[in-house]
Amino acid sequence: MATEVLMPALSPTMEEGTLAKWLVKVGDVVKSGQILAEIETDKATMEFEATDEGRVGALLVAEGTAGVKVNTPILLMSEEGEAVVAKAAPVAAAPAVVVAAAPVAAPVAVVSKASADWPEGTPMKTMTVREALREAMAEEMRANPTVMLMGEEVGEYQGAYKISQGLLDEFGPKRVVDTPITEMGFTGIAVGASWGGLNPIVEFMTWNFAMQAIDHILNSAAKTNYMSGGQMGAPIVFRGTNGAAARVGAQHSQDYAAWYAAIPGLKVVMPYSAADAKGLLKSAIRDRNPVVFLENEILYGQSFEVPDLPDFTIPFGKARIWRQGSDVTIVSFGIGMKYALEAADILAKDGISAEVVDLRTLRPIDYDTVLASVMKTNRCVTVEEGFPVGSIGDHLASTIMQRAFDHLDAPVVTCTGKDVPMPYAANLEKLALVTTAEVVAAVKSVCYR
Amino acid sequence: MAVKKEPTKSNVSKEELLGFYREMLLIRRFEEKAGQLYGMGLIGGFCHLYIGQEAVVVGLEACTKEGDKRITSYRDHGHMLACGMDPKGVMAELTGREGGYSKGKGGSMHMFSKEKHFYGGHGIVGAQVPLGAGLALADKYLGNDNVTFTYFGDGAANQGQVYETYNMAELWMLPVIFVIENNQYAMGTSVKRSTKSGTFFGRGAAYGIPGEQVDGMDVLAVKAAGEKAVAHCRAGQGPYILEMMTYRYRGHSMSDPAKYRTREEVEKIRSEKDAIEHVRDLLLNAGLASDEDLKAIDREIKEQVNASAEFAKDSPEPALAELWTDIYA
Repeated sequence: MATEVLMPALSPTMEEGTLAKWLVKVGDVVKSGQILAEIETDKATMEFEATDEGRVGALLVAEGTAGVKVNTPILLMSEEGEAVVAKAAPVAAAPAVVVAAAPVAAPVAVVSKASADWPEGTPMKTMTVREALREAMAEEMRANPTVMLMGEEVGEYQGAYKISQGLLDEFGPKRVVDTPITEMGFTGIAVGASWGGLNPIVEFMTWNFAMQAIDHILNSAAKTNYMSGGQMGAPIVFRGTNGAAARVGAQHSQDYAAWYAAIPGLKVVMPYSAADAKGLLKSAIRDRNPVVFLENEILYGQSFEVPDLPDFTIPFGKARIWRQGSDVTIVSFGIGMKYALEAADILAKDGISAEVVDLRTLRPIDYDTVLASVMKTNRCVTVEEGFPVGSIGDHLASTIMQRAFDHLDAPVVTCTGKDVPMPYAANLEKLALVTTAEVVAAVKSVCYR
Repeated sequence: MAVKKEPTKSNVSKEELLGFYREMLLIRRFEEKAGQLYGMGLIGGFCHLYIGQEAVVVGLEACTKEGDKRITSYRDHGHMLACGMDPKGVMAELTGREGGYSKGKGGSMHMFSKEKHFYGGHGIVGAQVPLGAGLALADKYLGNDNVTFTYFGDGAANQGQVYETYNMAELWMLPVIFVIENNQYAMGTSVKRSTKSGTFFGRGAAYGIPGEQVDGMDVLAVKAAGEKAVAHCRAGQGPYILEMMTYRYRGHSMSDPAKYRTREEVEKIRSEKDAIEHVRDLLLNAGLASDEDLKAIDREIKEQVNASAEFAKDSPEPALAELWTDIYA
């Protein structure tokens, strides 16, 4: 009896992939463990193995097909000796499972025409956050020979999340340095190197692992310029994926935004869009201070419009107003913007006009933009993925209370992740994270609707 | 009391020997003065004195050339004086004054001089070890023919990041000299109560890093070992470990009554192994200096130290606006 072989999920966040190459053909007898195909995810090219013995009855997806959804049947396997299933669709005639090759554009990427970040009429190109980060690093490395990248798997592996793909080939092993798994050690080395005249970019495979190195980020990098009376700034960027990904449990799912934003001497960046990721990372690499750059795995694969300029940067401390509104201000940053923008769309249908502010940098924070917006709308909801206690939202709520109390028509409501370690179970994880529905409900509560 | 060991065979010149005497004496008198000022309430917080260990930094500084770097822990006054930083600026930092190297914002444990390539002054035990290797990485990357002296104590030698650093320093052949100042006590815990290893330098073998144990009370032995280590680094052969067997005469910090060791133990080392007495005897016995010559140096040093103390008392406290400067470069 023929069995279907399905498109596998090869990473926690993979939803679709490209069937790069078939390594078997119809009629081949395959053994368990034999490689059937090469499958390209947005992070890597993986070999896909047969789990059972059998004979290849039919290939259901043509080689080179992109956007094949996880769990789509890609191959029919008949048992040894069984005739090739005649009715199996021939390779070329499998349109039903050939998903459009163009990546699905993120629905939230509605960029307003007018932007404070680039001139009117600037040519735009579509790129993912991942590509934007890579381009930022490559451009800065081309421009400045003292910029170098170090971290786990940044070189020969091409990056655990493919952010550094191709950089080793272009810049060589002196400037793209694979480290042993030793966060505290290599972070200290990178900080020392920044004092010695280099501009290191340290990639943490995830910010969770940077907990092993947090002493060097705070005590060595952030405080030394002050402690030296201004003699020794550390021009260094610490970057990597932050916050929850998908089903990776408590130790790999934590948003550190509020932690690092608490530390004087650091600058803290948490971009949402690809344009911000690129422009802010370039600014971070040029900054003479230590910059904590918090990325998000789920956003890596999302596409946005990015200005096609030879040297595009975004300054720190300037929030971006994604959407003008008059009834309520929703302030967010990073992946929280996804919920904020989705909520604004839903609220618009209910006749509530939400202004959506993306902080983009958390140190410095653009208080002026937030306060001006709140003074206009008289209501504020904050959205972030981190824990509720001591959150960025708490800090904003207190700032707004102190500086715009008379303008408030309702208390500021903070939407955050729940006050629990991240659970693994799919339903519980969903419950632990902030949701669009919660943002909608919060806005309705401050609008007394 | 005479030195109990034969002087190290060395073609050391009279000038160099006098220089060692002068530099070690400066550190000792400076530290004694710092202790006094601490007692008078002019120096606050933690204050870790280097008395007893002077030969280590003075001997190693004799092996350096322009551009070489140094980094150490919180017991850092001696290192700063030995690399040519101004005693006035160091003392004024201890008193938390505007004239200090960090404008009074760093204190005893956090002082720096980019001009003299002194990279601190670090208060977190062991943190300076990867930082020092990073300085060496920058030199190698930039093609500088320089080495970094990374000092740490026997206490820090048990920190995990030291071994993470050993691994990468040898893997990447970094021009770094790890100087373990084994003064026998990590605060109040003696080496024999904290480790079963026979030696600290020997742990480098696990990473392929050569090293040796050195009489850290003998400035000539220190210099000879330092030259060997520097040659190894400058030849591109990677890191080297020097375990300096030394001793601090005072407590861990000013607030340490040092009940964990006997007065006799301290007195025995002071009388038999003192680094300054050793050089003094070498000079006198070889007829390279007279008692009068040395007394003249003593007076000169005393004046220099007194001047630094006066400066440190007279220098004003930092302007209140300094609270908000230097947070960012």
